[in-house]
Amino acid sequence: MPINPKVKLVENILEKEKLEQAPTRKGYGEGLLAAGELNEKIVALCADLTESTQMHLFAKKFPQRFIEMGVAEQNLATIAAGLANYGKIPFISSYAMFSPGRNWEQIRTTICYNDVPVKIAGSHAGVSVGPDGATHQAVEDIAIMRPIPNMTVINPCDTNEAKKATMAAALVNGPVYLRFAREKTPVFTTLDTPFEVGKAEIFWDSLIEVRLQSALDVAIIACGPLVHNAILATADLEKEGIKIRVINNHTIKPMDEKTIIQAAKDSGAVVTVEEHQVQGGMGSAVAEVLAKNYPVPIEFVGVQNRFGESGTPNELIEHFGMGVSHIKEAVKKVLKRKIK
Amino acid sequence: MLHLHESKIKFLEERANAVRQSIIEMLVEAGSGHTAGPLGMADVFTAFYFHILNHNPKKPYWEERDRLILSNGHICPVRYAAMAHAGYFPLEELKTLRKLGTRLQGHPHRAALPGVETTSGPLGSGLSQASGYAYGAKIDGRKFKVYCFMSDAEQQAGNTWEAAMFAGKYKLNNLIGLIDRNNIQIDGMTEDIMPLEPLRAKYEAFNWHVLEIDGHNFEEIVNAVEEAKAIYEKPTVIISHNIPGKGIKEIEFDYKWHGIPPNKEQAAKFLAELRTLGGKIKSEHE
Repeated sequence: MPINPKVKLVENILEKEKLEQAPTRKGYGEGLLAAGELNEKIVALCADLTESTQMHLFAKKFPQRFIEMGVAEQNLATIAAGLANYGKIPFISSYAMFSPGRNWEQIRTTICYNDVPVKIAGSHAGVSVGPDGATHQAVEDIAIMRPIPNMTVINPCDTNEAKKATMAAALVNGPVYLRFAREKTPVFTTLDTPFEVGKAEIFWDSLIEVRLQSALDVAIIACGPLVHNAILATADLEKEGIKIRVINNHTIKPMDEKTIIQAAKDSGAVVTVEEHQVQGGMGSAVAEVLAKNYPVPIEFVGVQNRFGESGTPNELIEHFGMGVSHIKEAVKKVLKRKIK
Repeated sequence: MLHLHESKIKFLEERANAVRQSIIEMLVEAGSGHTAGPLGMADVFTAFYFHILNHNPKKPYWEERDRLILSNGHICPVRYAAMAHAGYFPLEELKTLRKLGTRLQGHPHRAALPGVETTSGPLGSGLSQASGYAYGAKIDGRKFKVYCFMSDAEQQAGNTWEAAMFAGKYKLNNLIGLIDRNNIQIDGMTEDIMPLEPLRAKYEAFNWHVLEIDGHNFEEIVNAVEEAKAIYEKPTVIISHNIPGKGIKEIEFDYKWHGIPPNKEQAAKFLAELRTLGGKIKSEHE
């Protein structure tokens, strides 16, 4: 199997049903606890969602460093700005729809422009929130976070990566937006999988062993739990002889331009995959990089300018066109557009 | 009741007059900015920078300094003027207000100028920044006070009351708010636009200790802060009744002067008027 051996993914990665399942927010809770143990400057603030954002682990261990804010997301951001200005490293948690959804201006001005190290953790991002419906399904959060100067934006692909990203965010000297999901998704990275803020990782490369990189047909650039769908789609497409590289592009800002541009050069066609509106999200950020440096045809898998709705997570991923079959269709479409 | 020595009051009145003159000079040079609010808060800022604050203009990052958070960033000309007169930076730099490359941004920016403590301007977010600051300092057992100056109109913003609820819950006795109650906002009088009264009762209902003062009386300003420091169980807010445009008769209480600067002719006239007052602004207008 052409998995990049350096990234140490689980061996049975294609057996979706057999893989351990866990939500990325779980890794956040564990990462926050671990970061809190390492650095006493870390404080945690939550807007009445302590357990579902997985902040309860930290709250239980460090009650003196946990601050319950009630249902007040503007205050969540601005109190944290003050705490960070004083010298603390605050992590703030709510559902992504409310933070950063409701408190954007406070994040922009009192955190980012002020340039204080507040870490914003948006849980329950994407349509996979499920039955709660569109009011609680944030699919615009990447778009509103990534244009703000000083901000770092990370969307981890599974719970292990979420834990690493959370611990890494504590070390970033500035604001960070961390994006997590509610639903259990496959755990396919391991404790040994490398994670570095701003460094995209090649998870799969059909030609990894033959080193004839320019013969690649397409690169799939994905973020979040859908990286696993991208790998499943790739395994199928390989059987048809299509040569693919899959990149886990967890850091949307600052983006690993070198890896993205190299993928476009090696393949000549790109498909982006994200559980977010295709307007302004990770795919748009990739398009900005490629349009300027190495233009190739791009297809965007994501939510197509629609609101979510109620349903089961898997139903919704399919309904909104982000399933394995949709990624395969996008690959075939972009191959037809490819400049021969 | 604490009485300031007459010579101290005279000193403060003279400083306040100099601050007012600087405000007019800055605004006419900048060609934009707010006039009424800065003039109305000149006495309060003077009392703080020249008497109340525990600070060191030569060491703006001194750890034990009191923190003065200005929430309604648009009145920053008065803060810049008070800071310059107190020795934070040269008076000539005041002329750079709102110009490209300046440290004196149109609304204050933390990273641009040491001593402004935080970035502000968008109304309603200062009290919560100050509350977060005070909360952090309180759990660490720090001794300094966190002051937060607010406008009255930003009491219309929900974020302000989220902060008021928070500070009340956590009994932030190291936090002292001060509201510039000058009754004007851009579109008119506060009680016509969106009434704030009863403002005292609102803060009391949020578990704050509330004081009301004449914001042009130095003894009252100083005494209120002394009382606030003695309140142990609650945060304190001082409702400072101020006259917008204070010191220049023809613009006092005129809401149209909220967001505009004087032109050259007006500035010359205003400065002449201020110079005739010397240190006597208070007595001239009582």
